[in-house]
Amino acid sequence: MSAKTADRIALSVIIAVAGIIMLVLAALLGYLLYRGLSHVSWHFLTSVPQPFRKGGGIGPQLFNSLFLLVLTMIITIPLGIGAGIYMSEYAKPNRLTNFIRLVVEVLSSFPSIVVGLFGLLVFVNLFHLKYSLAAGALALTVFNLPLMVRVTEQALRSVPQSQKEAGLALGLSRWKTIRSIMLPMAFPAIMTGTILAAGRVFGEAAALLFTAGMTTPRLDFTDWNPFHSTSPLNPFRPAETLAVHIWKINAEGRAPDAPEIAAGASAVLIIIVLLFNFGARALGRAIYRKFTATK
Amino acid sequence: MSEMAMYTKDLSVYYGEKQAIKKVSMDFAAREVIALIGPSGCGKSTFLRSLNRMNDVIAGARVEGEIWINGRNINAPDTDVVRLRQNIGMVWQKPNPFHKSIYENIAFGPRYHGIRDKRKLDEIVESCLRKTALWDEVKDRLKGSALALSGGQQQRLCIARSLTVQPSILLMDEPASALDPVSTAKIEELIAELKKEYCIVIVTHNMYQAARVSDKTGFFLMGDLVEYDDTQKIFTNPSQRSTDDYISGRFG
Amino acid sequence: MNPVKKDQAAGNRRLRFPKHIREEWYGRVYAYFCVTLLIVTIVSIVWFIASKGLNPFLSGAVSVPELLFGRTWSPESEPPLFGALPFLAGSISVSLLAAVLAAPFGFCAAVFMTQIAPKVGRRFLQPAIELLAGIPSVVYGFVGLSVIVPFLRNNFTGQGFGILAGTLVLSVMILPTITSIATDALSNLQAGLKEGSFALGATRWQTIYRLILPTTFPSLLTGVVLGISRAFGEALAVQMVIGNAPHVPRSLLESAATLTSIITLEMGNTVGGSLHNNVLWSLALILLIMTFLFVFTVRMLERRAGR
Repeated sequence: MSAKTADRIALSVIIAVAGIIMLVLAALLGYLLYRGLSHVSWHFLTSVPQPFRKGGGIGPQLFNSLFLLVLTMIITIPLGIGAGIYMSEYAKPNRLTNFIRLVVEVLSSFPSIVVGLFGLLVFVNLFHLKYSLAAGALALTVFNLPLMVRVTEQALRSVPQSQKEAGLALGLSRWKTIRSIMLPMAFPAIMTGTILAAGRVFGEAAALLFTAGMTTPRLDFTDWNPFHSTSPLNPFRPAETLAVHIWKINAEGRAPDAPEIAAGASAVLIIIVLLFNFGARALGRAIYRKFTATK
Repeated sequence: MSEMAMYTKDLSVYYGEKQAIKKVSMDFAAREVIALIGPSGCGKSTFLRSLNRMNDVIAGARVEGEIWINGRNINAPDTDVVRLRQNIGMVWQKPNPFHKSIYENIAFGPRYHGIRDKRKLDEIVESCLRKTALWDEVKDRLKGSALALSGGQQQRLCIARSLTVQPSILLMDEPASALDPVSTAKIEELIAELKKEYCIVIVTHNMYQAARVSDKTGFFLMGDLVEYDDTQKIFTNPSQRSTDDYISGRFG
Repeated sequence: MNPVKKDQAAGNRRLRFPKHIREEWYGRVYAYFCVTLLIVTIVSIVWFIASKGLNPFLSGAVSVPELLFGRTWSPESEPPLFGALPFLAGSISVSLLAAVLAAPFGFCAAVFMTQIAPKVGRRFLQPAIELLAGIPSVVYGFVGLSVIVPFLRNNFTGQGFGILAGTLVLSVMILPTITSIATDALSNLQAGLKEGSFALGATRWQTIYRLILPTTFPSLLTGVVLGISRAFGEALAVQMVIGNAPHVPRSLLESAATLTSIITLEMGNTVGGSLHNNVLWSLALILLIMTFLFVFTVRMLERRAGR
């Protein structure tokens, strides 16, 4: 076989592989949306699941996922930004910093089930949070924190050194320079990264099985006092999220329309995750355009 | 002999093991322009950056020796660096306005240093922009982004910004090298004007510029201060061979 | 103390700690606090899981070789048997096979994006791969359960559940990891290297095969190891398609189980403190140790790639 022929074959294979990957994605999304969307309706999105009968919905699960995401982000964002600031601005090039870098790397490599188990030991049992939104949010924080740290660190590092020096030369303290000069400039990148991270959190299930739990109590959607036990906002109640729900009905769904519910819920989940992805991408592009247009 | 604004004594700068500045002693008079010249990599910018402790932010950089301002050695470890920098303005090679409005660029420093009164801030903005001959060009768009200005305007805005904290010394690191000739001329005019109030230390690789704007000139070569004298003398009758070689363009 | 003196005292305090120093101090405390929390978190993860997971060994109920090499998992029998070999075998085989399957795809995709059609790559393939990375694992599990498993059942012997189904699902899941690392490695290639090879008359494939592949090999391997690491720790997607039968699989189409799947299934159904429950924590400890091994392997490879 001549070199030319080999070249042609190899190139076709590579192009074919690229095509196959696109096809797999298209087939995956097409399948999910085709099978799922026919089952999605306003009733499906808002009503409670029926364990043994047809016609159950995913209302509470959808609410739980969104609420848990908000709780998680409220905890993660300040912690992640703080640690990111340390890594980018205060860490000196020494062994301690290398160690912290290793910590972040290991923490981000832990399987989410391990994070969930840790949550079970510490948040659920030790802190007596039981299976609850609070325990789930803390577990997801552990799961998400390393990503937020990296996002912040990289965003701050991409701020030009000259901006930092300009702030310092004006007699600003380092902290003031970071907060008022660098963070605003890093904000778009942090924002984009945070939205992507939110998509990941939204779809996570393994870390929640044993922290937020696999059940949802009866909720009274007219009672918004977070201290009432049937209030949706009560952070100390168990909460099955959409992703956990999908897993559970596949594993032990007894309703006759369980496969349809799983398909519908998957479609909803994937649409929300896609929205996060496209949202982050569009935001990134818009901000990029704004910056380059004025320069 | 005029009043002294600052002097250094045996100032050395190390980057890791490498010594970038070798025991430089230099004095800077108030209301004078001092040019630092030399081939690239000779350490002139490094020296300038150590005068307001800006080398502190570079990992692995170490500064030894003394820098005296107002009877205090500001290179001493107990120096309040943040306060020190309020006394020294700095301007960089590439204009680096904050990504904020023109007004905010100027008002940011004073507001941080405790001026809350809106009228007082307006006054500061106007006077600083007037000093840098920018007022008439931008007075109608103070709320507009500073990034929409031309390169030369941005650089003058940065100079205006450096004046807001009322420094006595201005450090300029090749302030015109990224600009077109017209903007460069404006910056040079500005330097001549600002000299009436400030001690200006300017790093430049443009010898004509040094000759035009400065009263005294220091020639750096490989981290040494080879010669430091009146600009007039340096450019007409230098006492060192290497200065002469550099001035007449035999290297650099 | 009269009010004037008090004011003076306050003034003195303010003089000693001017605003910029106090502010810097608050900022630092905040940043240091966050980092400390990271360290505390990881230390407590290791501490809590290790102390639970070591319990069966320390109490003498199960020995390490028994757990690692025992072929029978029957916690309810008398005496109970805790052989985790089936799960180890399941975890190792699905993650290795998934990597073997995904690596060529990832490499080809990276070559496509960097060497063949960068524009098309950036516009279509790159976003596609990022989307694949964004799809939640339960959704992969659901698709595996409702498409791949029935397909295998109808076309091959067995129920469709098993190592093969797990491998297929995982390979799609880890493809983005392998691809993105390979893409980074290829686009960081020294400029001129490629042109030099073309100038010598080599075809594109020869250049890729003889020059690019060997030079970027350590980085490519890093991506593969990261992929294996991700596959090894993946729980729900695998659990949904692998069948969960606790014995060492003899064929790719036979129902099997992994460390993660057994933990997922049994952790909720056992009583805390019981031996059965504690042994599940030992399995979690194995996952934890594997994570460390993977991280160190990746670091080693990165160091080699950096040279």
